Amino acid sequence: MTDVVMPQMGESIVEGTLTKWLKKPGERVERDEPLFEISTDKVDTEIPAPAAGTLSEVLVEEGQTVGINTVVARLDEGGGPAAKPKPATAAEAKAAPAPEPPAQQAIQPTPAPQPVEETAPAAEAAAEPAFPLSPLVRKLAREHAIDLSRVKGSGAGGRITKQDVEGYLTQQGAPPAAAAPQPAAPPAAPQQPPPPLAPAGQARTRIEPMSTMRLKIAEHMVLSKRTSAHVTTIHRVDMTKVARLRERLKDQFQANYGFSLTYLPFMVRASVAALRQFPLLNASLDGNNIVYHNEVNIGIAVALENGLIVPVVRAAGEKNVLGLQRAIVDLAARARSRQLKPDEVQGGTFSITNFGSFGSLVGTPIINQPQVAILGVGTVDKTPVVVDDAIAIRSICHLSLTFDHRLVDGALADQFMGKVRQVLESWSEEVL
Amino acid sequence: MRKCCWRELGRVEYGAALELQRNLVGRRQQGAVPDHLLLLEHPHVITLGRNGHAENLLASQDLLRRAGISFFPTDRGGDVTYHGPGQLVGYPILDLREWKRDVGAYVRAIEQVIIDTLAGYGIAAGRIPKLTGVWVEERKIAAIGVHLSRWVTSHGFALNVTTDLSYFQYIVPCGLTKPVTSMAQLGARATREEVARSLAEHFGRVFDCEMGEN
Repeated sequence: MTDVVMPQMGESIVEGTLTKWLKKPGERVERDEPLFEISTDKVDTEIPAPAAGTLSEVLVEEGQTVGINTVVARLDEGGGPAAKPKPATAAEAKAAPAPEPPAQQAIQPTPAPQPVEETAPAAEAAAEPAFPLSPLVRKLAREHAIDLSRVKGSGAGGRITKQDVEGYLTQQGAPPAAAAPQPAAPPAAPQQPPPPLAPAGQARTRIEPMSTMRLKIAEHMVLSKRTSAHVTTIHRVDMTKVARLRERLKDQFQANYGFSLTYLPFMVRASVAALRQFPLLNASLDGNNIVYHNEVNIGIAVALENGLIVPVVRAAGEKNVLGLQRAIVDLAARARSRQLKPDEVQGGTFSITNFGSFGSLVGTPIINQPQVAILGVGTVDKTPVVVDDAIAIRSICHLSLTFDHRLVDGALADQFMGKVRQVLESWSEEVL
Repeated sequence: MRKCCWRELGRVEYGAALELQRNLVGRRQQGAVPDHLLLLEHPHVITLGRNGHAENLLASQDLLRRAGISFFPTDRGGDVTYHGPGQLVGYPILDLREWKRDVGAYVRAIEQVIIDTLAGYGIAAGRIPKLTGVWVEERKIAAIGVHLSRWVTSHGFALNVTTDLSYFQYIVPCGLTKPVTSMAQLGARATREEVARSLAEHFGRVFDCEMGEN
């Protein structure tokens, strides 16, 4: 057996990302034939096999970042030419754990899908004083209320890794929360590489990997469904007053400020008023504690071509309708041109999603963790309704509130919606 | 002193330049040719590194076609980038075993060549830790993406001289949401050919080799 290690590509380089296996387990490789590819600091490198043999074991999956001299695979030279002397580093790596602990990709599940963060996945610090815990491990432990002293660490110096926590959870019969993008399989069970793309015209399916953004969205949605007790309540709101005001001011807005006036800033304004009155909906859960947020930061869901992102209007309570509209237009434009800064998609305390702009009447949105409620805005339509026992034409909108029933009860949710409705139906505020 | 042969090739299609590099890399690995520095510019093209994220390409391939921009997935490091007229593209084909077996040092040296070249035009450029490339304040002026096979380099760098920066709207350059700039935007009056000549000199100094024109 010959160990294949992550090579040292330079003095300052302590780790590398294995980007591609060029051989499959069981395949034969000649000495110096390219075996895998790595990526370090904008340099992609083909790494040749140190000896001829059969690739018997793949220990590091594609996409994993590991320290130099970490054993990434084993070659079985049986039947092949005699083993070539291994580099000393490989021998050391075999005798003892690799000198550098494998730097895990500690991509944390984030409150909202945040593609802007993807460019810099945080690598774990190599060493911390006594009993170091990564933020990911801390978070997992908190989410599952695990006593970490009962978890055995397999990392360098007895350090507890994410895999250790998940292994512990599996033993305890709990599903691992917060699945990271990397499958958490032990290194001994390498994931089979995805099947190659079949030529078009022959296949009845087409397989393509999910984009990082798609993966993050998928992860977040499932995490949210698993975390919160989702309940949705739907209220019908008469938007006639707001609609008239909007009609009157729309052109003026376009002329003076270069953007139109939509219903969204009115929804934000009404939500702020209701959140002030019912602060439990502006809270989040942390273990057994309720965290009340003093700031009202409202996330606005923005649809992108192949995904969505939820930038945050900060201190929404301090802005009037004009200020809110300006902030929304700016955030949405920069979201679509991918110019958002990481802190602009973080720290939301409540979210609004406006599916009405796509014609939807009513939706049941998923909560944007760690928040506890999200307001869905349906389309505003002129509708015949009964007003004072007469049939009248009014601008009607359906608002749906999905709330976390762990923290918020139905009565409270409907009082909250009552306040939202009251603000919108009796709009009296100046908007400029 | 090691010799490095540099060539100014003018405007070359991306695919043709790729073929030329492949050929030179093969012959460099066999030791049949000395180190090379190819300097050129490409017609409008967007390329994606091996580990790039396709979502950093903001326009559909159909839209790119209509805008006259071709698209190439490549085997270099780095994410998505744009090349086009007015951009000085450099492809060093070096055997790093004869210089330093250190990819980090190689990338830093390429940055140094560009920083020194820009200094000659009165532009104070520098590095941003962990963000490979050359920056003027928070704006990216040169991008770097390298491929290495048996310690022989290919691909390289792209320095915006008079690049029409509006073409960068189709991508998130290198996956970073930071703006780009060019020498022209910073007030330097220079043609790509002049900058190429000056860059070749700095290249020789930084990599400690004798630059011969061929």
